[in-house]
Amino acid sequence: MEADAVRVLIVDDEGELVSALVERLNLRGFEATGVTTGAEALSYLADTSVDVVVLDVKMPGLGGLEVIRRIKEQRANLQVILLTGHGSAQDADRGMELGAYDYLMKPVKIDELVALLLAASSGEVKSS
Amino acid sequence: MVVPMKDELNQANSAFEQRDARISGGRYRKTLITAVLSVSIVTIVPLLIMTGVADHQYREALNAESTRPMVRFAAIGRQSLESFLSEHLSALDMAVRERGFSQLRDSRRLREVLTNLQRAFGGFVDLGVIDDNGIQISYAGPFELEGRSYSEYDWFSEVSTAHVYVSDVFMGYRNAPHFVIAVQDVASDGPFVLRATIDTDVLNRLVSSLLVEPSWDAFLINRDGILQTDSRRYGTALQRCPIAMPTNPPQGELVEQEDENGERLLVGYAAIERSPFVLALLSPYEALQAGWLGPRRNLAGFLVVSIFLILAVVTGGSVYMLNRARESDLKRLSYFHKMEYTNKMAALGRLSAGVAHEINNPLSIITEKAGLLEDLLMLNVALPPREKMAELVSSVLKSAERCGGITHRLLGFAKHMEVQRESIDLDELIRQVLGFLEKEASYRAIQIDFDYPEDPPTIVSDRGQLQQVFLNIVNNAFAAVKDGGHIQIGIRRSDGDTVAVSITDDGIGVAEEHLKHIFDPFFTTKKGGGTGLGLSITYGIVQKLGGQITVSSEVGMGTCFTVTLPTGQAIA
Repeated sequence: MEADAVRVLIVDDEGELVSALVERLNLRGFEATGVTTGAEALSYLADTSVDVVVLDVKMPGLGGLEVIRRIKEQRANLQVILLTGHGSAQDADRGMELGAYDYLMKPVKIDELVALLLAASSGEVKSS
Repeated sequence: MVVPMKDELNQANSAFEQRDARISGGRYRKTLITAVLSVSIVTIVPLLIMTGVADHQYREALNAESTRPMVRFAAIGRQSLESFLSEHLSALDMAVRERGFSQLRDSRRLREVLTNLQRAFGGFVDLGVIDDNGIQISYAGPFELEGRSYSEYDWFSEVSTAHVYVSDVFMGYRNAPHFVIAVQDVASDGPFVLRATIDTDVLNRLVSSLLVEPSWDAFLINRDGILQTDSRRYGTALQRCPIAMPTNPPQGELVEQEDENGERLLVGYAAIERSPFVLALLSPYEALQAGWLGPRRNLAGFLVVSIFLILAVVTGGSVYMLNRARESDLKRLSYFHKMEYTNKMAALGRLSAGVAHEINNPLSIITEKAGLLEDLLMLNVALPPREKMAELVSSVLKSAERCGGITHRLLGFAKHMEVQRESIDLDELIRQVLGFLEKEASYRAIQIDFDYPEDPPTIVSDRGQLQQVFLNIVNNAFAAVKDGGHIQIGIRRSDGDTVAVSITDDGIGVAEEHLKHIFDPFFTTKKGGGTGLGLSITYGIVQKLGGQITVSSEVGMGTCFTVTLPTGQAIA
């Protein structure tokens, strides 16, 4: 599966992390964009069509779990990959219940993220 | 509602430190000695008193028992001696009246009278009739005493006045102890005296009939302390008796005396009427006590065995109980150690989770920035522009610095775990504590306000302990508030040398029935498990630092913890 034309939205409160990830994904042929708050993410999604959302669970203001809940309310088939810190397994489980495709522990290994993005965008059903 | 500090909590917490000392042997040994001594005294003293009383009463009873026969026999002896004397005197009197002077002056008739008297009464040795001038004008008996003059003798003048006379025992001409009884009568041709000599054998027989106990002695003495009859202890008649007779010996009771050999005696005296004789009936004191020695030995044996048993049971029992107490203390101690350890580990877990989380963010940035740099170097044919690389490297460095800051802070926190007193800026300390919760506060949009005086006070206290206190309380406040809640931290100087720090939240609050247990060890309302030790330990620490902690709360409105601390300037 080619990364071309896979549109990714990255949501994390650490701006520098977002910009680095966006650039790395773009280098790999993705069409990535980044925002730093949940609110921005929702408004971006309202205007723009994306294939996969990479969403940090812990964010000030609108948290990741609230964002995924709202996303799934409107677009149930939009795939969401969660980013969590260590020791936040509960958050990840909660996210999976809300319909996340999968989750990754920070710091993220880029190859894992890429593989997961390709799988999610191709509509591959997760084996778990 | 305000919950005052509880003494039992104070004890429970100070026990955290003192129990090691308490479980050491010295304290138990002291308790053991106290227990054994007090129980022994309480049991043995009454036993001693009872035994003493029993001993005394038994001795009294026994004394009465052994003295009564002596008193009785002394009385019997007196009676028989008195009747003996009055019998003999009456016999003389009768002879005088029946025969008259005219017949008695005839020696042949006198012998007849003597024979009759000897036959009727016994003890009569001889008879003599003495005229007004003291001349024995007739005599019947074994000696040749007719014509003897008695005018110079004391007894003669005495009988002339008293008409009846009983003499002391004496040797006289005959070299055998005897005594004399005499009666005077007034005949038509002048007064005369009928005199009889009585053998002391009769007295000896009468007196020795009183000796019903082998330890007793009985004898007659005269007023000069000369034995009138033979004594078992003090020899034959006419020897001096080595007991000083009281001048007016009491009748019917015993006198405790010592003889000249230093032997203790009980003596009953009985004065014989119309005679110079006093009957003495005596027994050595030891002989009377002899009956008492057996029971007394038994009593002493019983006492010794009882005391030994009491001591053995008391000591054994106390040792057993104290060992049990000590075992249970040790068990409890190890349980507390375990709980304390669990709590420490839980706190450590919380702390490391927070630190891991905080470090994760800059670490992610480092990973991605360095990863991007690698991507640019590896994926592109052309080298990325210098500015781009510099920016990435600087970003990595900045994030690494952030990690370093977190590590530094953690180390700074850990460094103060040891107990020490130092000058502490309360504002700085509280902000340091809040540093650990900064991220959570921002994620959960919890607003923290400060209500400080112009110059926040500095106190002298233990930094590490205070950090733990405030971390515990603020942690609880975080747990109590909803996202977007408020926490207010206030510092104000109280009266005297104290500072009050209040941590107020607008969280769920604590129900009144829970509030009074809030500082109890193992009390928790957290579902799925706090240890219930956080606030109990906090309470203990505040106490130890010389402060107080109070709490007020209202369900649905929030909770306020107030920690009052001494400024400690006096100590500094």
